Amino acid sequence: MSVDLSTKYLGLLLKNPLVVSACPLTQKLDVLKQIEEAGASAAVLPSLFEEQIQHEEVEIAKAREFGTHSFAEALTYFPEQDDYRAGPESYLEFIETAKKSVSMPVIASLNGTSEGGWVRYAKLMQDAGADALELNVYFIAADLDMTAEDVEKQYLDLVRAVKQSVSIPLAVKVGAYFSSMGNMAKRLVAAGADGLVLFNRFLQPDIDLDDLETLPQLDLSTRSELLKPLRWIAILHGRINASLALTSGLHESTDLAKALLAGADVGMVASVLYTQGIDHLSEILSGLRRWMEEKEYDSVEQLKGSMSQENCPDPAAFERGNYMKALVSFTGEAI
Amino acid sequence: MSERRFVTIDGNEATSAIAHLCNEVMAIYPITPSSGMGELTDAWAAAGRKNIFGAVPDVVEMQSEAGAAGAVHGSLQAGALTSTFTASQGLLLMIPNMFKIAGELTPTVFHVSARSIATHALSIFGDHSDVMCCRSTGWGMLAGGSIQEVHDMALLAYASTLEARVPFLHFFDGFRSSHEVNKIEQLGEDKVRAMIDPELVRAHRARALNPDAPVLRGTAQNPDVFFQAREACNPFYDKVPGIVQKQMDKFAKLVGREYHLFDYVGAADADRVIVIMASACGVVEEAVEKMVADGEKVGMIKVRLYRPFDGKAFGDALPKSVKTVAALDRTKEPGALGEPLYQDVLTALVENNGSSTPNVIGGRYGLSSKEFTPAMAAGVFNEMKKAEPKRHFTVGIHDDVTHLSVDYDPSYSTEADDVVRAVFFGLGSDGTVGANRNSVKIVGENTPLYAQGYFVYDSKKAGSVTVSHLRFSPRPIKGSYLVSKANFVACHQSVFIEKLDMLSLAHDGAAFLLNSTYGPEEVWDSLPIETQEQIIRKKLKLYVVDAYEVARKAQMGVRINTVMQTCFFKLSGVLPEDEAIAHIKEAIQTTYGKKGGGTVVERNFAAVDGAIEALHEVKVPGKVTSKFHLNAGAQGNPPEFVKNVLGMMIAYRGDELPVSAMPVDGTFPTATMQYEKRSVALDIPIWDPDVCIQCGICSLVCPHAAIRMKAFDPKYAEGGPEDFVCVDWKGKEYPGMKTRVQVAPDDCTGCGVCIHSCPAKNREVAKRKAINMEPKRDHLDVERKNYDYFLSIPDMDRAKVKADTLKGSQLLRPLFEYSGACAGCGETPYVKLITQFFGDRMIIGNATGCSSIYGGNLPTTPYCVNAEGKGPTWSNSLFEDAGEFGFGFRLAIDQQIKYASGLLRQLSSKIGDELVTGLLENEGRTEEEIAEQRRMVAQLKKKLAGLDAPEAKNLIASADFLIRRSVWSFGGDGWAYDIGYGGLDHMFASGRDVNILVLDTEVYSNTGGQASKATPRGAVAKFAAGGKPSGKKDLGLMAMVYGKVFVGQIALGANAPHAIRTIRAAEAYRGTSLLIAYAHCIGHGINMTTALSLQKEAVACGYWPLYHFDPSDEEQPFHLDCKTPKGSYKEFIDQQARFAILARSKPEEAQRLANLAQQDIDRRWEFYSHLAEMTHGSGGNGQPAREKEEVKG
Repeated sequence: MSVDLSTKYLGLLLKNPLVVSACPLTQKLDVLKQIEEAGASAAVLPSLFEEQIQHEEVEIAKAREFGTHSFAEALTYFPEQDDYRAGPESYLEFIETAKKSVSMPVIASLNGTSEGGWVRYAKLMQDAGADALELNVYFIAADLDMTAEDVEKQYLDLVRAVKQSVSIPLAVKVGAYFSSMGNMAKRLVAAGADGLVLFNRFLQPDIDLDDLETLPQLDLSTRSELLKPLRWIAILHGRINASLALTSGLHESTDLAKALLAGADVGMVASVLYTQGIDHLSEILSGLRRWMEEKEYDSVEQLKGSMSQENCPDPAAFERGNYMKALVSFTGEAI
Repeated sequence: MSERRFVTIDGNEATSAIAHLCNEVMAIYPITPSSGMGELTDAWAAAGRKNIFGAVPDVVEMQSEAGAAGAVHGSLQAGALTSTFTASQGLLLMIPNMFKIAGELTPTVFHVSARSIATHALSIFGDHSDVMCCRSTGWGMLAGGSIQEVHDMALLAYASTLEARVPFLHFFDGFRSSHEVNKIEQLGEDKVRAMIDPELVRAHRARALNPDAPVLRGTAQNPDVFFQAREACNPFYDKVPGIVQKQMDKFAKLVGREYHLFDYVGAADADRVIVIMASACGVVEEAVEKMVADGEKVGMIKVRLYRPFDGKAFGDALPKSVKTVAALDRTKEPGALGEPLYQDVLTALVENNGSSTPNVIGGRYGLSSKEFTPAMAAGVFNEMKKAEPKRHFTVGIHDDVTHLSVDYDPSYSTEADDVVRAVFFGLGSDGTVGANRNSVKIVGENTPLYAQGYFVYDSKKAGSVTVSHLRFSPRPIKGSYLVSKANFVACHQSVFIEKLDMLSLAHDGAAFLLNSTYGPEEVWDSLPIETQEQIIRKKLKLYVVDAYEVARKAQMGVRINTVMQTCFFKLSGVLPEDEAIAHIKEAIQTTYGKKGGGTVVERNFAAVDGAIEALHEVKVPGKVTSKFHLNAGAQGNPPEFVKNVLGMMIAYRGDELPVSAMPVDGTFPTATMQYEKRSVALDIPIWDPDVCIQCGICSLVCPHAAIRMKAFDPKYAEGGPEDFVCVDWKGKEYPGMKTRVQVAPDDCTGCGVCIHSCPAKNREVAKRKAINMEPKRDHLDVERKNYDYFLSIPDMDRAKVKADTLKGSQLLRPLFEYSGACAGCGETPYVKLITQFFGDRMIIGNATGCSSIYGGNLPTTPYCVNAEGKGPTWSNSLFEDAGEFGFGFRLAIDQQIKYASGLLRQLSSKIGDELVTGLLENEGRTEEEIAEQRRMVAQLKKKLAGLDAPEAKNLIASADFLIRRSVWSFGGDGWAYDIGYGGLDHMFASGRDVNILVLDTEVYSNTGGQASKATPRGAVAKFAAGGKPSGKKDLGLMAMVYGKVFVGQIALGANAPHAIRTIRAAEAYRGTSLLIAYAHCIGHGINMTTALSLQKEAVACGYWPLYHFDPSDEEQPFHLDCKTPKGSYKEFIDQQARFAILARSKPEEAQRLANLAQQDIDRRWEFYSHLAEMTHGSGGNGQPAREKEEVKG
């Protein structure tokens, strides 16, 4: 018996629900080809960062201008070059090359926190051939005078600005740190998000005890991280008009099955590919297929969301039921 | 026919545009002010721009101008149309080949931005002393005046040389024309094609050396025929003037601009005529026009074709009514009857007119770009009116020695009322010049107005002042001279308010725009008395803008240029405001947009938009209220000469100094930088004694010797200023001593290198260190007092200092202080350190380059003296010969030692055997021995003073040579790897005791980043726009091959103790020593504050292995003083724009070159590792130091 693994994500018809999320692996053409060969239905390219765009432009301008027109003998220090490309240009070229090299959809990724000129890269990514765009909004509200409303407005303004500049589908990737995640998800969709990618993982600073410096730290995800996005996808499924992608903690086929059951249109992987290799993609897919066959599912569409909050036997479980169930199982009786 | 295309470009670009079209090969070598021409053609070639023959010219950089000339000669002989660009000493190096090229009747054009030749001093500025040296080479010489003429004459030179077969020098004034930006009509490719006869090009190719039709050229000839053969070319020279005129006529028909060999301007019945050439023509023309309008019978002749000098054409151009002719030369020939143009004019007139020759007088003007104005031209005309004018005179200076200068009225002006004349005072770092260049372009290329821009820079690289002179006129702007009656003056930095008399340039009723943090209500009181007086007296309109705040809000940092540019357009009314702003934004988009600079564009736009709102007119009070005066000139308590002479230069009033004020032979005192308190830093390092670990690193790394450490007797802890805190010396080596780390607040440039390098961290607040940057205004008064007191505390006895340690080295007084090098310079810490060790007995021969500029550019020098008045003595010979120059020092010193030793022996009975033996046997190898030498020489002089014998007098004169001298050749990689390598190689072979310091920035830093053979593979530099394809030359290895040269490769930021020990061992070695020092530079495109850390990575990844080769170590001369490479070369290069640029323009090529560079590193390490295992055996001829220093990493 064969099962239909195809799914629809951001309006794109994908051959299966396994997508490789934005990570350095997808910036290498040969790896991108391996990813496709291993069965992934789409790949998100590494993020082009707002900070990276601005930093690159500002630093290069600074380096080229520093010391110029200060001394009669050395008015400049570098040859004039018109074909210079700041980082973003090479990113755009990579999209073009990637599109020519693989047949699976290629989703470009833009990472930023606020509106600004850098948003024009969304349009440029579209022009370069990206099938869709993933906007990764990553904002640490370290300003103590900034209210939750301010932060949310900033997110929404940014989504609107990006949406206005492109016609390809737009996914928005956010973290879970909202007082009302569900409401925020609804408003993000209203602002123009065609899909939500839940959740992004924050780089956290560590402290170097020898040099007393801060060190950026981003560890690979663990499977225990799966449950948070799983919960929110289950809550959101069927209640907002947008695609849903689960990311963070998806390592095995069983994780992907859970994601789909909760209501995800696709599941995204990255960390596990570092530890298990690119071929692990095919293992996840074959595992999913096996499980579906065992459970006699015909298609991904059939199982998708069947365990969402709306559709599961115990909707309250996605609110606080898990906690209660845990306590019950420990004490032998419900609290 | 092509459309007329107007562009606003400088003289260099105007020339390159023609040269690029007319040549197939260009062999060049960078030299100011001509470098820009070669750089442009190189950049165009790299971008695939073709010549009129449909090919992209081959632009090659050679190792020297002599090399470039040789390559040009060869290329011409092999049939390619070939050219070069040069100036000054560079042109002199080409002269031997120029004789050959002319002797072989080979058509070519050399483009020369004429520049002074170094005599009593080097000067990068313009005059004709270089081209005048070429008069006897047999080249045609065609001069360009305005930028339009520079452009046109370049093409006329090509058209003429091809027909005449006589090579041409196309020259124009360095800086004044090479760097003046002006609106011109650019000749289209069709015009250039029309002027270049393809038949003549084919004829040139047909004369080329060709094995299919072999010839012999360049023979050696004997007395029997050489003379006749030399005369055989005469018919060609006879035809040249006619050919040039024919081409000029053809050009006139084609383009509409008419030229003649000599162009006359002025009254038809003139009785006085000035003859002059190049950029001064426009100046004299302005004076002539005004004087003729005023009814004077004056005129001028513009000399276009100076060689061959057509006497008849000259006579024909001169009105018959002329009674007096003044030939003005921009050169000086001491000992001649007159300068060249004078002699030519005189000869031509006598040959034409015999006894009825008008009176001919000759004057010098404008040497080294000295201002030459219509007022000076009028002064000359007035002199000519006298019954007995000076036959030989100067103009533009006050000669109170030989009284040759003629008087003129400085207030005489030819400026028209409808011309906008603007002067802008800025800092190099604030982008003022760039914005003003843009303004000139905006007006020149978008309006019917004509525009002119000229930019003046000061002699410092850090905190340098720039002055921009702009004119906008409805008519072409002829006069190439600075604006002196400005109707707009802008002060872009409020620090200038107290230092510069900017308003002396303001015309009555002018606008004065000031960038200040004071608002319109408070700013008046921030102005000094002299400024307030001038504002009131001249009825100036005062405007203020806080551009710092606008720029800060726009995240532009210190770049206030676009804010000020916008205010200028708003106030000057050159263009309607909206139109001006639109053009400014277009210019910003052009500058940054194509380089992917959207963010930079946005920030600039924000600055433009914020500018108008922040601009305010200030209500000028009717009276002076200020309580303080302008404080220009030398600071502190300088000696008379410094106060009266150097102080005038510091105050930007050097033009006012008379001849008598100047040293007759170019000799100046040292220790003068201390009087030029430029106070350019906004933040300065402040010491926190509680956190300090007394390591000395801050003092070691400071490029400007502006932070120092002393250990001193506790008695000095008392009696100082109230805030003079000091603490116990922590080490065991100086028990009971106190110490303090002290900033020189007015000398610090605020580069932050010391803070970045400080290893100590505050336990309570980790971001704070033992020194922390704090606003200068909060500390200036206190730290000034502290620094004065700090300086008054005696330095430690050198003999007691453990100088071979890092912190010990920093207790030695630097004899190189407050240099004007770039903030964060990678070279000067080495120079300073070396002076700390050997400065009191150093003699330095410095190659021309950065180190000669920050070392010896007037008005002041950082080389200074210790409390006994001893310090480095310094001189610069040329770019190419610092090795030989230092070698010459050694020869003289050795000879003097020999001579003095002989006299000692001869007079031993009178001096005493003990003293004689002591002096002869003391080799001065340690501080103690040198102190003893000094004591004995003093004793010797005392004894000799009582003796009458001539030998005693001679010995007194030579006695100082008995104190061991430390001979050094300093220079950069351009010198050591390229132009001076031949001399260096000869020194290696000689084995004489000279120490060579190569400050290896891996690029020609001083002339703006051209590639040298030290430039690493894959780095982008000028003339290596596609990334340098070849690897860096291994200079150290080449020296080691001799087996007797001490070689040390060091990097202060990577391993300071190693650098210290290697420097000391090199100096101790009694043979030739070569130190190759990693010196980061602006040309690397790096953060100059953190660049020392990058040196660690350079060493760690194997790019810059630390080593020393000591020939006196017979067992194992070569030591690798660093660990096996393990860092990432990729990470090292990714942090530098010189590599990053290539990675973003040609990523595949960048990767390929990076891979090759990694292979270079691997192979070199393998080779060095083998070398380190080898034993030596030769021993060299250098002697080991008596107590040889251990040099290990």
